[in-house]
Amino acid sequence: MSETYRLSSAGRLTPARTARFTFDGQSYSGLEGDTLASALLANGVHLVGRSFKYHRPRGILSAGAEEPNALVGIHRDAARKTPNVRATVQELYDGLTAVSQNRWPSLAFDVGEMNNIASPMFSAGFYYKTFMWPKAAWTKFYEPRIREAAGLGVAPDQPDPDRYGHCYAHCDVLVIGGGASGLAAALAAAETGCRVILADEQAQVGGALRFEAGARIDGQDGWAWAQEAAVKLATMDNVRLLTRTTAFGYYAQNMVGLVERVTEHVSAPDAAAPRERLWEVRARRVVLATGAIERHMVFADNDRPGIMLASAARAYLNHYGVAVGRNVGVYTATDSAYAAAIDLHKAGVKIAAIVDVRDAPAGPAVEEASALGIEVLVGCMVVRTGGRLRVSSIAVQPKSGGSTRVIPVDALLTSSGWTPAVHLFSQSRGKLAFDEATQRFLPGEYAQDAVSVGACNGTDDLASVIEEAVAAGEKAARESSGKKGKPVSIKAETSENWTGGMLGSIPGEDSNAKAFVDFQNDVTAKDIRLAVREGMRSIEHVKRFTTNGMATDQGKTSNMHGLAIAAETLGKPIPQVGLTTFRPPYTPVTFGALVGHARGALFEPTRRTAMHSWAESHGAVFEDVGQWKRAWYFPNPGEDMHAAVNRECKAVRTTAGIFDASTLGKIEVVGPDAAAFMELLYTNPWQKLEVGRCRYGVMLREDGFIYDDGVVGRLAPDRFHVTTTTGGAARVLNHMEDYLQTEFPDLKVWLTSISEQWAVIAVQGPKSREIIAPLVKGIDISDEAMPHMSVREGRICGVPTRLFRMSFSGERGFEINVPADYGLAVWEAVWAEGQKHDAVAYGTETMHVLRAEKGFIIVGQDTDGTVTPNDAGLDWAIGKKKSDFVGIRGLMRPDLTAKGRKQLVGLRTRDPKTVLEEGAQIVADPKQPVPMKMIGHVTSSYWSENCGHSIALALIADGRARMGERLFVPMPDKVIEVEVVSPIFFDEKGEHLHG
Amino acid sequence: MLLIRCPYCEEERPELEFRHAGEAHIARPAPITDISDDDFEGYFFIRSNPKGIVYERWRHIHGCARFFNAVRDTVSDKFLMTYKAGEPKPELKGSSR
Amino acid sequence: MVEVARRTLALAGRHAAGEGVTVVPGEPASRISLRAPDASIAALSKALGVKLPQKPKASAASGSRMALWLGPDEWLIIDEDEADLAAALSRVRALHSAVDVSHRNLAIFVSGPNAEAVLNGGCPQDLSLEAFPVGACSRTVLGKAEIVLLRTDEQTFRVECWRSFSDYVFTFLSEAARDAA
Repeated sequence: MSETYRLSSAGRLTPARTARFTFDGQSYSGLEGDTLASALLANGVHLVGRSFKYHRPRGILSAGAEEPNALVGIHRDAARKTPNVRATVQELYDGLTAVSQNRWPSLAFDVGEMNNIASPMFSAGFYYKTFMWPKAAWTKFYEPRIREAAGLGVAPDQPDPDRYGHCYAHCDVLVIGGGASGLAAALAAAETGCRVILADEQAQVGGALRFEAGARIDGQDGWAWAQEAAVKLATMDNVRLLTRTTAFGYYAQNMVGLVERVTEHVSAPDAAAPRERLWEVRARRVVLATGAIERHMVFADNDRPGIMLASAARAYLNHYGVAVGRNVGVYTATDSAYAAAIDLHKAGVKIAAIVDVRDAPAGPAVEEASALGIEVLVGCMVVRTGGRLRVSSIAVQPKSGGSTRVIPVDALLTSSGWTPAVHLFSQSRGKLAFDEATQRFLPGEYAQDAVSVGACNGTDDLASVIEEAVAAGEKAARESSGKKGKPVSIKAETSENWTGGMLGSIPGEDSNAKAFVDFQNDVTAKDIRLAVREGMRSIEHVKRFTTNGMATDQGKTSNMHGLAIAAETLGKPIPQVGLTTFRPPYTPVTFGALVGHARGALFEPTRRTAMHSWAESHGAVFEDVGQWKRAWYFPNPGEDMHAAVNRECKAVRTTAGIFDASTLGKIEVVGPDAAAFMELLYTNPWQKLEVGRCRYGVMLREDGFIYDDGVVGRLAPDRFHVTTTTGGAARVLNHMEDYLQTEFPDLKVWLTSISEQWAVIAVQGPKSREIIAPLVKGIDISDEAMPHMSVREGRICGVPTRLFRMSFSGERGFEINVPADYGLAVWEAVWAEGQKHDAVAYGTETMHVLRAEKGFIIVGQDTDGTVTPNDAGLDWAIGKKKSDFVGIRGLMRPDLTAKGRKQLVGLRTRDPKTVLEEGAQIVADPKQPVPMKMIGHVTSSYWSENCGHSIALALIADGRARMGERLFVPMPDKVIEVEVVSPIFFDEKGEHLHG
Repeated sequence: MLLIRCPYCEEERPELEFRHAGEAHIARPAPITDISDDDFEGYFFIRSNPKGIVYERWRHIHGCARFFNAVRDTVSDKFLMTYKAGEPKPELKGSSR
Repeated sequence: MVEVARRTLALAGRHAAGEGVTVVPGEPASRISLRAPDASIAALSKALGVKLPQKPKASAASGSRMALWLGPDEWLIIDEDEADLAAALSRVRALHSAVDVSHRNLAIFVSGPNAEAVLNGGCPQDLSLEAFPVGACSRTVLGKAEIVLLRTDEQTFRVECWRSFSDYVFTFLSEAARDAA
């Protein structure tokens, strides 16, 4: 099919530069610079989609971002299928593949259209009223079917293969919108030398100059002036000109979100380029130059393909060189539609008639139309339209009544006036004010450092627009940057009138007609009246009941009509009914753009220890602990987790095991008041801890509950090496800083995170000393010189070490701290020595089992933020003579000293092979009726190869008084009998600590 | 994303560098062991959470790491001022509520 | 018996580039996290041979040594020749805390005309020369990681991050470098 509606005499595109594309499998040809919509229209295609609810045939309403109807799928390949793309925004590229949506089996014959025939059933609030019974049917029956039938487009089912860029940017002046006003403001601001960003959603700047033929600025055609201005701005170092860039959200303190479409218009995108780029712009001043959006007329069957906004038809003609029909009708309540008729007439397109609802339209446009011999029917309305897949006729009747005249047309242009695009202003929390004279909402009180210029500010005349914009741009620059430039002078010589028009529908129309207010949501004037009749009083309720103004177009063309109809039905003036809230995004934004770099490896930092590569090459299975990857267990070939952990557990208690403990949090506490600070932050006494010795510390919150724990070594009178849990590292330091900075600021002490300074190699087991002995220099590691719970500084493998004698396994053990970059080499040296003593490498699972055998708690597993030291059996860790520490008062609270608190105990299952489930509830009497009284729960549970039976830790009410008692763990399939025992299952006397 | 003026860095910085730290001007009683259960409840658990002007703590955790205080209007989400920890609670004239 | 353990650098062999930018790991350096009250600044500056800056975002350098203001009582001291900073400070009797963080941090250099844009791919601060001139430094964020940023010349930034975050930070910068435009 050739482009039979392309006019050689009109438009700005180059005829030789063609681009092939397909729509629903049919091949077409268009021109470079076309949108998909203009290219389809050039080929005479108006039918592009089916409506959301009634599946009515729909065409192209607009030529821009406000498009509610022409939503299509753009398919590049199997993984690149974008639904709901506005054909009026999608630029044509050679090879573009578009498909229509919401139809089956085909666009022209859609079975779903029976919804239209049955439409009386689908009035506003239909879903809320109809699918009520039976209740269970909602999730099983109604919802899946409704979801299948409704909705637009199909989401891609493969991972998004594209890259998305992200950039934070700062500027003095951000100008949003590159029409005449935005360009003028940007030129004036840029002249001062301040930092300017100009964003425009179109491929080329120019805004309304795209269609407004006859506008002249500085002695030249308006469009040409705009392109020249863009070239000038693009060459200025202090200006960033972003086209194809939509400002979609206006956030706090002049943070504006922009999304730049980088490759959406490219036939074969550079694989290295991001598809889209998100800009988070922080601007000192924002100039809103967002223009105005034309409204359609609300009348019966106003949604047939071929019925479109007058300005859109002008854009298709004057910019794209496309006639939207050959016999075009116009239905208007404002002058601006006359300009479309005149332009088309001059291009040789027949204008069937201009139907004007006004009784006495006057002005240059009206006069020119008459002078050109175009038939103008004043005081008339279109009462219905004909045609199924495309409008074929309009029926015109005088408002005063009388006979109806049917006029054949193949396109109908409508305009009921212009709505200032105040979306971003409203998002900025500015207050809108209703202007009675022009019946429109305009920016009132500003909430942020912004200014509106041009059509979005209600300034209509081009000369005034430019004057206002230049002044605003210069002022914004001066106020934001303190810079002044040479004055900018821009003169507009011609202009058109944008005022006038009407809101809502014409009184007296057929009340059963489908007069669409919101095309995308299939909301009619009748639906809005029904909503009011059914009790919706607030416009927010009307919106939700009818869905008017929802979905992707966010009511750009429908909001004001809906409001006017609701106000009329309520019998209230418009400002009293008020406008619904504008929310971001202005137009839909892809998830990809919002996610940016934060996917795959960059979704979240993955932290690895210095010894990670060794564990990996030795077959470790890893587990995630927060952001860390930790070696979980080291299976030998053929071993499952159970076998590997059993072997590792046995080895540690018979020879030795080597464990990567690097992820533990470490904080160096330094200063003359270090001990005093430790006294306040931990329950334990620290003043008398000797240099070179360690102590297990318990940290509470002020409420008395355990917050963290860890071994602390004293390196010098004024220097402690504090360890925290892996997960607690950051919050424990924050907690300590909080008290130091705000409660105890006079203490002379400082805290430094050294978690990552030191790699930590734990060597645990009877052979641990023999293993490290050959490697250590300058430290006497004999039991006498370096007993359990001591710390020494010296060298290992020729590098500095902080060597701890400590144990989380109950065996003789050392933790070797070395500067992180040496971790791997020292580990390898320890491993080589370990091999001589049959040592194994072990992971976190074995570490957990070994500590549970000894009854050592893990904060966050055996405690949950409601466990006191006493509950956990750690009363011994509280300095009884201390007068203060964080949590000391909390521990005195009645609830914390009351009887019956849950206490940490051990559990043994009657069947030694049964391993309890962590989190399982415990009851005293399994025969009691449900709901049973639960007296506690299992916190840790493992198979212990060393004990030869399962072991578990549990928090049980009055647990320590229940030693030997039989309790029960009810599970879905059985009840497990357990005995309450000491939490120390292995080596109760602690003899292993000393070898 | 808010911009927050750090009184130590003496400039506005993006919110991403900060962490909210609860209500300000709640001093830990001394000696804390002497206070009643009711006083402890008031100190540790009860917060004013007003609509309008709030005095709150922030930490410039990914900046200078200092805790500081701020006055913010929870209705407009605007900061009225920020000041260093330990400085007296400012009396704001003409507070909106 | 023991030979000296070899050093394994977290970003050994990594290199990335994009239009107008390169991203390369820095050499090992010695580093001290230095904390001190105002009264100790003169003595510490003398011992280090670098005047500790007292203005926010300021740094000072002398030879291979740098002092970065990170907070009102906090400096990051870096010596690119791996001088023994702890030893230099051990003689200072004025009140202070010096903690070795040579292995906690590592450096990544981002340089080229697009360096600023690459960092702004994940760092929300205004990095224009006006707001972040040569010598400016700050602890801040890059994506989901904390970094310390130092502008060493108009087109070069030193990015310091913790060792285990270095893979994330380097990968992030590499990805942002591809996007530099």
